[in-house]
Order: sequence, then C-alpha cells, then structure tokens
Amino acid sequence: MRTAPFLLAGWLFFVGLYGVVTTRNFIHMAMCLQVVQASTYVLILQVGYVNGGTAPIYRDVPVGTRAVDPVVQSLVLTDIVVGLTVIALLLALALQAHKQTGTLNPDDLRPLEG
Amino acid sequence: MNARARLALFLPAAAVAAGLLVWGFTGLPGFGRYPGPYGDVINRHGVHQRHATNVVNTIVFDYRGFDTVGEEFILFAAVMGVTLLLRLQRSEEEEETPEEEAAERARTQTSDAVHLAATAMVVPSVTLGLYVVIHGHLTPGGGFQGGGVLFTAPVFLYLAGRYVDFRRLTPVSLLDFGEGAGAAGFAVIGLGAMAVGYPYLANIIGKGVKGSVFSGGDLLLINLCVGLEVAAGFVFIAWEFMEQTLMVRSAVPRGFEGSGRRGKG
Amino acid sequence: MIVVVQAVVMLLVAGLAVAVAVTRDPLRQLMPYSLFGGALAVLFLVLQAPDVALSAIAVSALAYPAMILLALAKVRHREK
Repeated sequence: MRTAPFLLAGWLFFVGLYGVVTTRNFIHMAMCLQVVQASTYVLILQVGYVNGGTAPIYRDVPVGTRAVDPVVQSLVLTDIVVGLTVIALLLALALQAHKQTGTLNPDDLRPLEG
Repeated sequence: MNARARLALFLPAAAVAAGLLVWGFTGLPGFGRYPGPYGDVINRHGVHQRHATNVVNTIVFDYRGFDTVGEEFILFAAVMGVTLLLRLQRSEEEEETPEEEAAERARTQTSDAVHLAATAMVVPSVTLGLYVVIHGHLTPGGGFQGGGVLFTAPVFLYLAGRYVDFRRLTPVSLLDFGEGAGAAGFAVIGLGAMAVGYPYLANIIGKGVKGSVFSGGDLLLINLCVGLEVAAGFVFIAWEFMEQTLMVRSAVPRGFEGSGRRGKG
Repeated sequence: MIVVVQAVVMLLVAGLAVAVAVTRDPLRQLMPYSLFGGALAVLFLVLQAPDVALSAIAVSALAYPAMILLALAKVRHREK
C-alpha cells in the first residue's frame, strides 16, 4: 500500500517504451515519448505528496497548514513546457526525414551514404 | 535489426529493469510520508519572505530562478531549431504566397459553427491568459501556464478561417521581438540586481502588501517576461507549421480542393 | 476519501497510456492522447499540484494536438 502508487510511474514508463520500440511511425513515436516523460512527472509529484496535505498556495489558508512539497512541483512545471518544445523539434526533424525519403517509418530509413 | 528482433530483445531487458525498479521503489519513504525538510521550510517562510502567496511560483522564479533562466533559453533554442528546419524545407518549395492561398481558402471552407465558436473564443482566451500570467504569484498560474493559454488565441483565429487576420495580428517581426524581449527581459532583471550590488536575481523592488497584485517584488515582472516569451515562442512554432500546410496546398490543382485539411478541419 | 479518488484516477491514467501506445495510426492516436493529457491533469490536481495541472492542460490539450495535426496535414499533402 505504501509503494503501490509508485508502480504507476513504472507502468507508464514501460508502456511508453514498448510503444517506442514497436513503432512504425515517427509521429506515433513522439506521442509515446510523451507518455514516458509523463511517468517521470508522476513519480516526482508522488514523492513530494504529504498525507492530508493541501496545495502550497496560501491565499485562503493560513500559513502553517500542512501542504505538499512545492519544490518538486516547480521542477515538473518547467519540465512540461520544455518537453513540449523538444517534441516540436522532433516533429520538425521527422518532417524533414519524410521530405528526403518519402516515408515516416523509422525502419525504412537507412544511414546516410555518400 | 527489424521490429521483431527489437521486441524480442526489449521484453526480457524490460522485465529485468522493471524488477529492479520495483525493488528501488520499496526503498522510498512510502507514499504520503514525506520526510521533509526542504519543502516544509519553504512553505513556512516563503510567503513571509516574498510577500507572495503562491509558493511554487516563488520557487520557480526566485529560490530556483537560475534554473528557470536556463530553461527559458532551452525554449528559445528549440524554437530557433524548429524554425531553422522548417524554413529550410520551405525555401525549396516556394509556389504561391500564403496570403493568396489563405484568402481563397477562408472563403470556401469554414463552416459557420466553427467560425462563430472560434471567433468567440479569441477574446476570452486572451483575457484568461493575461489573468493567469499577472496573478501568477497569488494563485496557481504564472508565466509558463499563462503563455500556453495566450498561445491559443491566435490559433483560434486560424481555426476560424481568418488566416489573413492571424498573420496580420502576429507578424514575424512582432513574434521575434516578443520572444527575444521575454528571454532577454528575464536575464536583464537579474542583471539589474547585480548592478546595485546584490547577487544575480535578488529582489530589489519593494515587496508590497501580501495578497495584492503589486506584491512579491519583481515576481510580477518576471512572470510577464516569461509569459511573453512562451506565448511568442509557441505561436512562432505554430506559425512555421502552418506555413508548411498552406504552401503545399497550392500543389493540388484548382477544383480538386474538396475535403481539404487545414489543421483541425 | 481522497485516497479513493487518487486510486481511480491513477487506474484511468494507466489504462489510457496503454491506449496511446497501442493505437498505431497517429491521427487516431491523438484522441486517446488528449484524453491521457486530461487525465494526467486531473491526477496532478488530486495530488495537490494545481500549477502543474494548468501546465499539463495548456500543453497536452492545446499546444500539442495543434502541432501534431499540422504536421500530419503536411505529410498527407505531400503524399497525395
């Protein structure tokens, strides 16, 4: 019961990785990579969770109420936005590969020759 | 190696790795039993030190502000990379200018319902985005989230079929300026603190009354800068991708443009 | 009480992740992916992280599908 929630992060990681390994399309691969990234977000947030804690926003609760860890939330917050831009870069690369070779299948790409 | 061999290699390795991972999880302190102390210390003192009620925002932009400067520049570099790659493709396929394409498309394809709904959503999303950015240090939100919401406003214009308006509203020079100003603004605010003798990114503005909008010192300014940069960067990326689809649509001969796609058609 | 909600949302996220990985066609995969992003945002919310939930929504329900649909439109037109 204490470690059961963490198994979700492991499950997401390996499901996403399975999607990446058996992919036949670059864009499908990009979305499966996002699933793998989501597993890290979930794990980090779960580590910072406090039983009975509330969100660390003190607008309407007095300072000193038990709240969850805000440091891990700051890590995940910028991580999400940066992850998006990296996937954008991956999509642009996939488009370029499609233009050169006419296919989006990673298996059909050969190493550069000549 | 082909897909089947990859899968055959992956499954046993994944099983071993999963076993090790689960074994590692049992060493963690247990869900909900957070041992502290870092989070508790910041929760207790952060509000008083910065006069800002959103502690996560103060961490992102003050306590760990240096990391955020680095992440902003990652964003900046990734947007530049996408632009470079997609413009390289486009220069090899110049046919008709996007305005002429878009002008005739806008008249033919948008259904009235989509047109109305998308146009109605533009102003609320700008308002919501600005609200989220400005109140970042008080309630959940901040530069990154507000920038993401602001980004959707020009996209709604595009979805409504008014691509020419979209382009006029967000010319490349404005996006360039917005993105650069946002990224540079953040860095310069930090340098401004150094100019007065404090460490980089230390707060030198008065902190104001806790709970009002003009509190938290330079948090408000930093939120605005980051919101500007994120919104401009995302619109830039979307712009580059949109240019692609419009460019290629001109390859379809006139009269065969029946069920064309324009993104979320 | 909140433990029950958390457990339900976690199971939902796990199921949607499988749906995302198994759907092969990118255009069809976008639908479970957006739902996955939404479920992830709800999970962040019940883990008491509203900032992160906002970020997750803005990214995986707004910016991400727009980009992927545009990329798919480009590919489809090239293949015509």
